[in-house]
Amino acid sequence: MGSFDFGVNLAFWLMILSTVLCVAYGWLNWNKDGEKQIDGSVANWAKEEDAIEEEL
Amino acid sequence: MGALENIIIILYLALVGYLGFLGYKKTKNATDYLIAGRDTHPFVMALSYGATFISTAAIVGFGGVAAWLGNSLLWLTFFNIFIGIFIAFVVLGNPTRKMGYRLNAHTFPEFLGKRYDSKFIQLFGAFIILLFMPLYATGVLIGGTQFIALYYSVDYHVALLVFSVIITAYVIAGGLKGVMYTDALQGTIMFFAMGVLIVVVFNALGGVNEAFMKLEKVWSATVSDPLLHVSLKELKPGSPDFMMKLSMMWGFEGWNKMPQFFSQGWLFVITTITFGVGIGVLAQPQLIVRFMTVSSKRELNRAVLIGGVFILFMTGVIFIVGALSNAWYYEFNEGKNALQSAGAIGKVIPHFINTAMPKWFSFIFLFALISAAMSTLSSQFHTMGTAVGRDFFEQITTKKYNSTVITRVGIVVMIIFSVSLAYAFEKQPAIIARSTSIFFALCAAIFLPSFIGGLFWKGASKIGAIASMIVGFIVSSFWLLFVHFTEAKQLGFCKLLFGQDSILSGKIIFVDALMIALPLSILTFILVSWLSKKPDEQHLYKCFQS
Repeated sequence: MGSFDFGVNLAFWLMILSTVLCVAYGWLNWNKDGEKQIDGSVANWAKEEDAIEEEL
Repeated sequence: MGALENIIIILYLALVGYLGFLGYKKTKNATDYLIAGRDTHPFVMALSYGATFISTAAIVGFGGVAAWLGNSLLWLTFFNIFIGIFIAFVVLGNPTRKMGYRLNAHTFPEFLGKRYDSKFIQLFGAFIILLFMPLYATGVLIGGTQFIALYYSVDYHVALLVFSVIITAYVIAGGLKGVMYTDALQGTIMFFAMGVLIVVVFNALGGVNEAFMKLEKVWSATVSDPLLHVSLKELKPGSPDFMMKLSMMWGFEGWNKMPQFFSQGWLFVITTITFGVGIGVLAQPQLIVRFMTVSSKRELNRAVLIGGVFILFMTGVIFIVGALSNAWYYEFNEGKNALQSAGAIGKVIPHFINTAMPKWFSFIFLFALISAAMSTLSSQFHTMGTAVGRDFFEQITTKKYNSTVITRVGIVVMIIFSVSLAYAFEKQPAIIARSTSIFFALCAAIFLPSFIGGLFWKGASKIGAIASMIVGFIVSSFWLLFVHFTEAKQLGFCKLLFGQDSILSGKIIFVDALMIALPLSILTFILVSWLSKKPDEQHLYKCFQS
């Protein structure tokens, strides 16, 4: 942007680059890290909670 | 108002009602009601995060500030995207999601409380939310209602009642699922409106480069040349020329230029606007809880793409449009700049939309503004309700209650409280007008060290977290009440006690509370954690699973 000074120019291009970074990151990792199970010991927490609700 | 407009309004309300109902139907237990069942779609999650973050104040308020101070505000957009989306989602999102799952946390205070195994931290978190979020919510509520009252020519109090009843209905019925579904709809409307806005503005001003170039000429013709030899005392306080002269005295030299390095204007743009809001967003309870609403890191990865583009279209567009409105008014409104044409900072964006845009777009933009207010408010009401029910009531009683019912009661109580404030303060007293920045500064100083330290540092101790939160609270409150040039003056406590607006003078009063309180809070957190008893290994294993 020719009419911007250095500081505003920097902000403008960093804004564009950070958006590109978000798009590229999302695009490249779109199907990665889809595993839902974190730990077997806490897998039943929702059921436990439902049991508490029922008890109440 | 034409028949078509009426049909669109009815359709919109019907859609909001349907999405609230969908949330209600899909809510089977407390986890659904409090954190949307931890299985939210990435599109819904990203738009909900963005729409909650961007309120009417961000569009109208900061858009008006951009008309005043220019494109230097793009630093905030950069921070919004890089810190508020990329760092938040990529660095903090997944650890928060996993730890929230392991600890079975349903709210942000509960997350911190369980991470540090401290009921006090959970209660203190709820206390901060309940003390300051109602003011923030009231500010958003008043802003949204004023637009409805103005556009539809209805009484403010009637508009407030209808507006709050609609939000109340879907928040109470649908819980966080209802809130997030409606957020996604509202975010889509906001995105579309901003997309059209930037195209129309660049087109009217002859293209991207040409539009920005014009700002140079307008600055010379309406600000620097006519006001160069005029003293501030000769101008009416608060008038458009007064504000422009003030910006010159603060070191601003044009709408396409940064203010002089380390001037009052530079400190204001960088510390208060860019750091205050740009970093403060990382510690917003209503946003952090959204990381716990998705089932895997994949959803967060996808949300980064959607969220980054969404925020560019929100703050990026409105800041550029705010600055460029000066060029538009100069060309099409007898050689005046934006403030001279609209009369005040807060009036620039609505005035510009009504004057410069086609009628149909004014209607769409009004929807975008109402959507921005509704999406922020619904999340605030939900967060306040969970603070009352889950974080406060359930912690102080030994008897077991149904979390959903308790939270619903909490939401009703907090909505009544916020709406009562909005009824009482139609003209927005200073504390409410400044409530967004106050809330952001406080949250960052109080929660950020404990939140990030809790995610990544096993040495972080309970005492360290408590000490850091208290130091953050005291220092930021002190700075806001007695030092910072806007809040200290508008809140008036300093004047009452010491007879002056701020107890300090010089450029330091332009430095935001966050810049002072956050480093002290971080330092306290690290030092006290080092010196205090190490956390229990078993508890750490539960938090980190390693």
